[in-house]
Amino acid sequence: MSNIAQTYKRLRSSQKFQKRFGVAIRLIIAVILIAFSIFPVLWIVSASFDNANSLATQSLIPANAGIKNYQRLFNKDPNFSFGELKYWTWLWNSIKVSGINTILGVSITTMAAYAFSRLRFKGRVPILKSILLIQVFPNLLALVATFALVSNIGNIVPALGLNTHAGLIMVYLGGSMGMNIWLVKGYMDTIPRDIDESAHVDGANDWQVFTKLILPLMRPILVTIGILSFIGTYGDFLMARVLLNDSSKYTLMVGLQLFTSGQFDKKWGVFAAGALIGALPIMLLYFLLQDQIVGGLTRGAVKG
Amino acid sequence: MAIADSSEGKPVPKKFTLTTVLWKILILAFDAVGVWFIVQAISLGYVELAIIVGIIVVGFNIIFTLDKGYPFRWMALGLAFLLMFNIYPIFFTVYIGFTNYGDGHLLTKKQALAQIQKVTYLPEDAKTYSWTAYRSPEGDYALWLVDNSDGQTYLAKPGEEIIPAKPGDPGIGEADTKGIPVSLEGYTRLTTLQAAANKELPNIKFGIEGEKTVQIRTSKEAAELELRYKYDEATDTIIDQSNGDVYFNKEGTFTTKDGKTISPGFRATVGWKNFQEVFNSPALRGPLLTMLIWNFIFPTLSVLTTFALGLAISIMYNEEGFPLKKLIRTLLLIPYTIPSVISILIWRGMFNTEFGVINRTLIDLIGVAPRWTSEPFWARTAVILVNLWLGFPYMMLITSGALQSIPSEIYEAAVVDGASGWQRFWKITLPLLLVSVGPLLISSYVFNFNNFNLIYLLLGGGPPIPGAATQAGYTDILISYIYNLAFAPGGRGVRYGLASAMSMMLFIIVGAITLFQYRFTNMWEEVSENV
Repeated sequence: MSNIAQTYKRLRSSQKFQKRFGVAIRLIIAVILIAFSIFPVLWIVSASFDNANSLATQSLIPANAGIKNYQRLFNKDPNFSFGELKYWTWLWNSIKVSGINTILGVSITTMAAYAFSRLRFKGRVPILKSILLIQVFPNLLALVATFALVSNIGNIVPALGLNTHAGLIMVYLGGSMGMNIWLVKGYMDTIPRDIDESAHVDGANDWQVFTKLILPLMRPILVTIGILSFIGTYGDFLMARVLLNDSSKYTLMVGLQLFTSGQFDKKWGVFAAGALIGALPIMLLYFLLQDQIVGGLTRGAVKG
Repeated sequence: MAIADSSEGKPVPKKFTLTTVLWKILILAFDAVGVWFIVQAISLGYVELAIIVGIIVVGFNIIFTLDKGYPFRWMALGLAFLLMFNIYPIFFTVYIGFTNYGDGHLLTKKQALAQIQKVTYLPEDAKTYSWTAYRSPEGDYALWLVDNSDGQTYLAKPGEEIIPAKPGDPGIGEADTKGIPVSLEGYTRLTTLQAAANKELPNIKFGIEGEKTVQIRTSKEAAELELRYKYDEATDTIIDQSNGDVYFNKEGTFTTKDGKTISPGFRATVGWKNFQEVFNSPALRGPLLTMLIWNFIFPTLSVLTTFALGLAISIMYNEEGFPLKKLIRTLLLIPYTIPSVISILIWRGMFNTEFGVINRTLIDLIGVAPRWTSEPFWARTAVILVNLWLGFPYMMLITSGALQSIPSEIYEAAVVDGASGWQRFWKITLPLLLVSVGPLLISSYVFNFNNFNLIYLLLGGGPPIPGAATQAGYTDILISYIYNLAFAPGGRGVRYGLASAMSMMLFIIVGAITLFQYRFTNMWEEVSENV
């Protein structure tokens, strides 16, 4: 009897030991993985506060710490000149283009979703399915044709052509419905129709139902989609690179790429400062709204 | 809005309220702008653009005037943008793929002809004038012309009609002894010596181009220019008026029998030429094949590595009550929260062969370091490594969600049956996981198949493939190659036609992968149930 109890006790303690050992190993792996995932961030933070502004001499703890790179970034250092450095303009352009595109894109998508969710008409299902099929081919695949199209439009209406933010936003809008229409419509479908039917009986028209009843209930999903759309546009490089050719029109992503031309290693610290300022708002958005974004992400992705 | 105002089948006459009137005015204004745009497009030779805008204008009119169009009013704007900037470019790509659009052929035929038909020449037997020049303080010139045959006098300015004039007319000064005005309003007269020494004057065409223009020929004489090229629409040929040469339209360039050409050329269809070139030119085909193979390897390895790491993390830290679980997951999510363009540029600096932190560390530790930018194998390794960093948090997110949805009873049953940890993973976890995240993995594959930002921003597609006809590197993928062809040809001239032909290849591949995705997963069915 005591024998069995002893064996049992030994077994239990060894299992406990095994478990603890396993946790310890996994914690060590976690440290390594975390080092891998945050090293570039630490490295760029350190570079931005290293007054030497050089790739070659940088170490993790800056030898010559200070905020010189930030002064250089905003052209406050007369000894540092970098021809087309217009950081504030780029950042503002990015915020402007992404903001306008987000507001227009979300409005267009939500209105269309109302028709698909609440109205019954011929062509509803084929159109919905076609949108799903078309978004398989985002306009970045038709890069050259998109460029030619905007260039041609610009020869007729210069304000919508190449090197204009309006032209860029129109191209972004072309892809906005494909991305989110299913998501928004799916969410709208979960709002019971009884609500709007009783409103219709009371004499409300579609527009009133849409703005007064549906939209307030859609707030959470619209915020999520809006933020995802903002982040997506903010981070776009290719279309902005192709359609904008004047450094005062650049978005931040296009502007940051300028640092890599010529001697990247001599502008490293200033680049680091610019990269950090450009990335921080997006990182904050992600962490503040982590749950909503992850939810929207997986749902949207599964739906297409 | 007048919506379905019919009760019991009897159409009720529409009421003309303020909104319906405003609505009509709005539609009319839209139509006016649309028609204006179409007319402009046609005058520039953009027939395709005119057609698509025409479709949108007609569509809007149907949607906004007929009651049946009511549901479509809610999506009219969205559909218009979709049509114009997503669907139309796909068809336009196909069209451009069959043209020679690119350097030397950038204009439409209409635009090119308009330029060609303005070209003038000085015929031997031209009507001649003796001239006197005047200059304004801004540097504009004017000529006083005396017809050598009949003594008539004219005033000529660049870009303005040549008009008969007399000294003493409004704005024209009094005549000197030779009958030439001493001054013009806003201009001062140049002395014969000043005029003869002036380098600008002989290059200026006075009068309206395409109509009557006069150019200075010698220090004494100016002559009337004549149009050099005459276009014959019926035969699609151009005749050179100066020597009688006949130019035929040969694939977007007017060319004589013995090979003389007129610039500019224009966009013209060339059949399968772009495709033939891809398959026939060894300098194009070789690098393209290298690139295509890499284009399939890269997303495969990317998806495998990111999925493996993301899944491993999910499994390791999935357990309830694992210490610091939340903190670990948050820190591991960081790469996902930084705009990828910024991350890639940071990695570019860290991978710098001479000064980057990675190579400095490697040299300190083991004494050697790869040349990331010049050795194909290491360049590709760098690309995969950076993409692992960029992509594993996403895989972590989607797999940890999917793991939680696998019922724990299955595992308990497997343990009872004596299955080991590995067996449980390979026989239960992975198959069940793949069912739910499979479509996402294929989407991730397609995304990486076209991951322009990573390829272009990390190493610029390099190292270059030696002997390639156009700019191409060992890490280049189709989309970055197309970008280079069209926008960064490196002195070789942009080739939109060839680039679009390549884009069609991209469409076919992406389309095929997606077809596979819909065919072998239940995505399409799931979607069809949800409409």
